[in-house]
Amino acid sequence: MEGTDRVFERLVRDNQNRIYALGLALTGNRHDAEDVAQDTFVRAYRALATYTPERIRDLKQKAWLHRIAVNVVRNRVRGVRPRLVELNGSEPDHASGPEEDVLRKAEIDELAARVACLPVRYREAVVLRHVQELSYAEVADALGQPVGTVKANVHRGLKLLRGENHGNRDD
Amino acid sequence: MATVMIDLKRLGDVKAPAGFSDRVLAQVGIADSYAKFETVLGPVYVAWNHLGVSAAMRSKSAAEFEDWFRKDVGRQLTRVEPPHDLAAKIEDQLEGKRRMRFDLRGLTPFSQAVLRKTLEVPRGQVRPYGWIAREIGHPAAVRAVGTALANNPIPYFIPCHRVIRTDGVIGNYGGGGPEAKAKILTLEGVQLKRLQTLARSGLRYEGVRSTKIFCFPTCYHGRRVREENFVFFHDENEARSAGYRPCKDCRPAVA
Repeated sequence: MEGTDRVFERLVRDNQNRIYALGLALTGNRHDAEDVAQDTFVRAYRALATYTPERIRDLKQKAWLHRIAVNVVRNRVRGVRPRLVELNGSEPDHASGPEEDVLRKAEIDELAARVACLPVRYREAVVLRHVQELSYAEVADALGQPVGTVKANVHRGLKLLRGENHGNRDD
Repeated sequence: MATVMIDLKRLGDVKAPAGFSDRVLAQVGIADSYAKFETVLGPVYVAWNHLGVSAAMRSKSAAEFEDWFRKDVGRQLTRVEPPHDLAAKIEDQLEGKRRMRFDLRGLTPFSQAVLRKTLEVPRGQVRPYGWIAREIGHPAAVRAVGTALANNPIPYFIPCHRVIRTDGVIGNYGGGGPEAKAKILTLEGVQLKRLQTLARSGLRYEGVRSTKIFCFPTCYHGRRVREENFVFFHDENEARSAGYRPCKDCRPAVA
């Protein structure tokens, strides 16, 4: 029990930025990103409590957490529509690090919102491959899809992102 | 062509908000949250987690409370904005209008039993250390009960101040010494003077003539009785041989 808590503490500290970034890229806003990240870790903790020590030791933590996070987002979207992006930046409680100045933050938020407009199947693939920089095999594992499907979805997703200027904006 | 990919990579460099990991640890119950509350007893630092209140102390500063908690309870601690209804709940608990849940993990089973039993002592009443010992099935462990109560991590909430010595001496109190203990008891409506006068003459139980039942002197059932209708006893045998049986509520002796 004590051991699980230690493992989990390290897991959170090592992966919090990564999972938060994933949440931001998938949901398109910081508020939902934090919810997603928090849910992901809470689920991970509950799961860890039921695992044997061997299973915990052999766990591929990164891929495992990504899979949980993707499922958290999928389940959320089933219930609620993604929130509209707050254009006036009214979320003062999310203190950003010193390196993340206001301008940069606004750019990132805009980018996240753009990614969040992609259809879900492209969005998941693009985010895991190019934001989180997982290998195609890892992405396929996290999404539970064949590698070929993932590759195609990444390709189509990127194409949509690039073509947005002369593509369909109201999607 | 490549700019989209570079942009996307930047999206992955985002940092989680400050205090995020602490909040997660608090949510699953590895770390506790705490805040400072103004109560009837003055400012009190209170820590809690998903299982309930885990610690309370009238520390001089937040740093002192954190140090004590980490050393004594041994978990992580995060200062947070308390949930909006917590202050009212604490107020109710201290005034005896509510029963909160407590997290006693980390204490020995014996200490837990002592503290759970202490929770049963009603407001306005007191019990001797020996009573707790007998009730939890370790009648000889009177001193151990004293130690467990002295190390109560949640004083005020778990009313260790309601346990006093049979000779009427208030006994030590971790939450601010004997004076503080006497003050809280008086605040709760215990007639300390009467209690101590009785104890000094060696009288531990009061019996009611009409019912032939004997109680602890602070028992609720004695409150409606006029003083001239009481008989006082030094010990259980004296009461029993006078034809009295123990009260089933305050249980001064095994029925």
